Amino acid sequence: MSTAAHARFVPGDRVRVAQREVTGHVRTPGYIRGKRGVVERICGAFRNPEQLAYGVWDGPVVPLYRIRFAQADVWPAAESALDTLDVEIYEHWLERDDA
Amino acid sequence: MSAEAGSRDFEALEAAFREALIAAGVVRDDEVAERVELIYSRTPALGARVVARAWFDPAFKARLLADGSAAVRELGIEVGTLKLVVVANEERAHNLVVCTLCSCYPRMLLGLPPDWYKSIAYRSRAVREPRAVLAEFGVSLPPDVAVRVHDSTADMRYLVLPLRPKGTEHLDEAACAALVTRDAMIGVAIPAAPTSASSAP
Repeated sequence: MSTAAHARFVPGDRVRVAQREVTGHVRTPGYIRGKRGVVERICGAFRNPEQLAYGVWDGPVVPLYRIRFAQADVWPAAESALDTLDVEIYEHWLERDDA
Repeated sequence: MSAEAGSRDFEALEAAFREALIAAGVVRDDEVAERVELIYSRTPALGARVVARAWFDPAFKARLLADGSAAVRELGIEVGTLKLVVVANEERAHNLVVCTLCSCYPRMLLGLPPDWYKSIAYRSRAVREPRAVLAEFGVSLPPDVAVRVHDSTADMRYLVLPLRPKGTEHLDEAACAALVTRDAMIGVAIPAAPTSASSAP
C-alpha cells in the first residue's frame, strides 16, 4: 500500500459516484452508481482491481475511499432517515459533487 | 442441479486446478496444506478476544478504531495483509457488515463465514432493508438507533465492536470474551449478559 498523499478528496467532501456502464470485473456495485455521498475516510491506495483481474499486476495504485451515503439517498423506500450505508469506492469512480 | 451436486463440481475443479499448479511448480503440496490448516485454525474466539480487550482498555479501543490491523497485531494475532476496519456500536448507532459483491469477511479473525453470509438473500437485502434483516435475526432496534451498513466492496475487511452488555461489570476479560459471538461481530446479534445462577439476584 502506498501513501494516499495524492488523494483528490478529503474526509467530508461531497462526491457523486460515476453513472458508468462497464462490463468485466468492477468493484463498484451497480446499486451505488450515480448516488451522492460524503467521504468518510481515505483507506489508502491500492492497485486497481479492474486491472488486476486481467493480469496487469504493475499498474498504478489508486486511492480508495469509504463513502457514506444516506440510505434515503440510495433507496426510494428507505427504512429510516437515520440509516447510512458505507461503501468502498476507488477514486476513478468519484466526481466532486458541487450540486 | 442440487447445491450438493454443484459443490461436488467445484471440488473436482479445485482439485484439478490445484494439481495443475503443483505440477507447474507454482505452489507446493505442503504450502497448500499449511494454508488450509491456517484457515481452519481461525475461529471467532480470536475476534472475541479483540472485542473484550477493547471493552477493558479504552486506549486500546482508540488504537483499534484508528488502525484495526496494527492494534490486533499488538495482541500477538498475525493477520497477514488484512486491512481491518473496526466499527463500534454506540447507544444510538448499530453497525452491520455485508459484502454485496461476493463474501469478503475478516477470516483471519473470525474463520470461515457462515453460509447465510454468502447467500444472495443476505447480500442483497442487508444494504436495502437492514432493519428487516436484523429483525429476522432477532434484533429489533428502536427507531432512534441509526443503522450503519458497511459494504466490503474492496480492500477493507470489517469487524463490529459491540457494546459491552449491562450486568457484566463483575466479569473478567476472558469471561466477557466468551459472550462475544461471531454474529455479534458481523452485526446481526447483540451480546447478552450470562443468565447463570451466579448472576441472578
